[in-house]
Amino acid sequence: MPLVLTEEQSMLRDSARGLISDKAPVSHLRSLRDSKDETGFSRELWKAFAEMGFSGLLVPENFGGSGLGCVEAGIVMEEIGRTLMPSPFLSTAVLAASALSRSGNDAQKSAHLPRIADGSLLAALAIDEGAKHRPLQINLQAVRSGNGFKLNGAKALVVDGHTADLLIVAARTGGAAGERDGLTLFLVDPKARGIAIERTVMVDAHNAARIEFSNVEVNADQVLGEVDQGGALLEGVLNIGRGAVASEMVGLSEEVFGRTVTYLKERKQFGKLIGEFQALQHRASQLYIDIEITRAAVLKALQTLDGDFEHAGAAVSVAKAKAGTTATLAVQEGVQMHGGMGMTDQFDIGFFMKRARVCQELFGDSNYHADQLARMKGY
Amino acid sequence: MSDLETFRRETRAWLEANCPPEMRRPMTSESDTYWGGRNAKFSSEPQRVWFERMRDKGWTVPDWPKEYGGGGLEPAEHKVLREEMAAMGVRSPLSSFGIWMLGPALLKYGTEAQKKEHLPDIAAGLIRWCQGYSEPNAGSDLASLQTRADSDGDDYIINGQKIWTSYANYADWIFCLVRTDPAAKKHDGISFILFDMASKGVSTKPILLISGYSPFCETFFDNVRVPKSHVVGQVNRGWDVAKYLLQHERAMISGTGERGIGRPLGQVAADSVGSDDSGRLDDAVLRGQIAAFDIDEAAFAAVAERAVDLAKAGQSHPAFSSAMKYYGTELNKRRHEILMSAGGIDALEWESERSRGGARPRAWLRTKANSIEGGTSEVMLGIVAKRILDLPGA
Repeated sequence: MPLVLTEEQSMLRDSARGLISDKAPVSHLRSLRDSKDETGFSRELWKAFAEMGFSGLLVPENFGGSGLGCVEAGIVMEEIGRTLMPSPFLSTAVLAASALSRSGNDAQKSAHLPRIADGSLLAALAIDEGAKHRPLQINLQAVRSGNGFKLNGAKALVVDGHTADLLIVAARTGGAAGERDGLTLFLVDPKARGIAIERTVMVDAHNAARIEFSNVEVNADQVLGEVDQGGALLEGVLNIGRGAVASEMVGLSEEVFGRTVTYLKERKQFGKLIGEFQALQHRASQLYIDIEITRAAVLKALQTLDGDFEHAGAAVSVAKAKAGTTATLAVQEGVQMHGGMGMTDQFDIGFFMKRARVCQELFGDSNYHADQLARMKGY
Repeated sequence: MSDLETFRRETRAWLEANCPPEMRRPMTSESDTYWGGRNAKFSSEPQRVWFERMRDKGWTVPDWPKEYGGGGLEPAEHKVLREEMAAMGVRSPLSSFGIWMLGPALLKYGTEAQKKEHLPDIAAGLIRWCQGYSEPNAGSDLASLQTRADSDGDDYIINGQKIWTSYANYADWIFCLVRTDPAAKKHDGISFILFDMASKGVSTKPILLISGYSPFCETFFDNVRVPKSHVVGQVNRGWDVAKYLLQHERAMISGTGERGIGRPLGQVAADSVGSDDSGRLDDAVLRGQIAAFDIDEAAFAAVAERAVDLAKAGQSHPAFSSAMKYYGTELNKRRHEILMSAGGIDALEWESERSRGGARPRAWLRTKANSIEGGTSEVMLGIVAKRILDLPGA
């Protein structure tokens, strides 16, 4: 598979870019933040997204979606990264749609996937419990009780957790923290008794929640996939999420870089355009090269997810690690090269810096994925 | 089954049947490299067999037209061949500046007579070429070169000195930049010319490097007589040819095809450093450095693949080879720093059988030239800044 977009994929990119840059520039996020908007994103815009088929991108055609792949999801995520548009795309259209279509039974798929595709159902994936992403450390307990289970524990950084109509909760039905066996995914109604959801106001003004589970009762038919066998399913869904977030970071990096290069060509100091200074030229060139390399690594990972899903782990770790490092550099250089202006809230650059930090942490930062790659390579 | 899948299947079968097992391991020393030329000797029988089989198939230059000794492969087929060779870890049968640098320039700028005279000999490894670009006062500022070619009837008389001429002492012919119009502005009076190193008045002197090797020479021209028909491209427009060729040189130095073969760095390190009970390299910081390197190397492999695909799709930027050269060479230097660190005391031996004559430290020192030769890293970043990012000034 050539590492370039097909004509259809380029058209998808153009239509996503058109909608997002028109309806949701950075000022859209800014006004949601400033008004302390309760939802934290625009439901109207999500409806428009659904009408263009974006919410059902990864939903199979027989459940009302378009049955496209991770490359296409990455294309939309990259455009989201360019304007930082807040939306349930990652949580619902990427993570939940993947989890359900990959391992839901017919009843679960029929109940949820068509509603994800038409934009009427929002979902969230609840995984992490500690300060860092450690999926094997999941310790939220699901103990058998009658025909079902009782959930006890807490989750942190549940993306879009406070607006979700459906939670996909990773819990431990067996084994001990650190083990891959004994993990199970549950489809949980967020309005069920015993669930307490606290919206967390995040540094990047995007949506997340902390969720506590206290004797929450779930039925056996709410198990997604097999009991105790959720580890592989979770890792697969996480890999799709990692590829998607890496794409967002490519879009974010390129946008910040574009704004910075424009500034280098406009801003004068010492009687010269600052873009004439070799010190800045060389740093800009290095960053450009890093972004191009990252773009290639991310596309490679997305294509591998679509073509050879079971063996995509290494390519995904490379992409997420590289994208995290590049995005961090891009926003740091962006702020630095804009000088004092870059430090002001009035200027948009800071929004990118904050979002890049969150994207780094989501589903494993660069260190986590470097470590993963080292393990895969056996050292 | 598509034509390309058929081609892949057949290629794999052919490589399996024809590549000797000895040629499916990473190179261990310089003598594993076959450079061809009038005085070439094979270092082993498998090396000869492998070269001759590939030559007979036109696969020393798989993508060149068949009429010039190439394999006539389409870009997609060429990519398949490279992938299959990499997957099997097979060595390139012939290392050659003629293939990497001069060939592409001749294909684009040469006359039909020049192509017919030189390309088949390059493909067959009969003539070994060297490059006469740099001079003592024209390194990064290459266009300030002073070697003169004065008109004398149908010939030029060439006088001057070149430096950093790789393997000039083994080369049969040279492709050379000379000043044919001293009055013109510095880029405008240069021509690109070919001549035999056995010509009267040509002499070379090796330069010993910090690695203990002498891959480079000083090369002197004292009234060397060369027919004017040996100029490639237009007289005084040699800079166009030189720049085009430099793109290929940079792609070559970035080493895109060479890495990823052989044992993973982490395991090489574990051999000398050891592992802890859970199998992790017993030096947490070194392990982190290697892992970060592996990430960058894998990402670079992806961009190298994408660069080929973009070129095929007509979407590549001509200056992108500078970006590749910069990143690839810096990466290679990092790799060898890690190898030295991983080897510890064992990697310090300069002369012993155990260390294969100090192969590791010599290779480490050699890589320091990667970010200088073929245009320094700073020149590459400058090219990206001006030609791709369109930044102002200078």
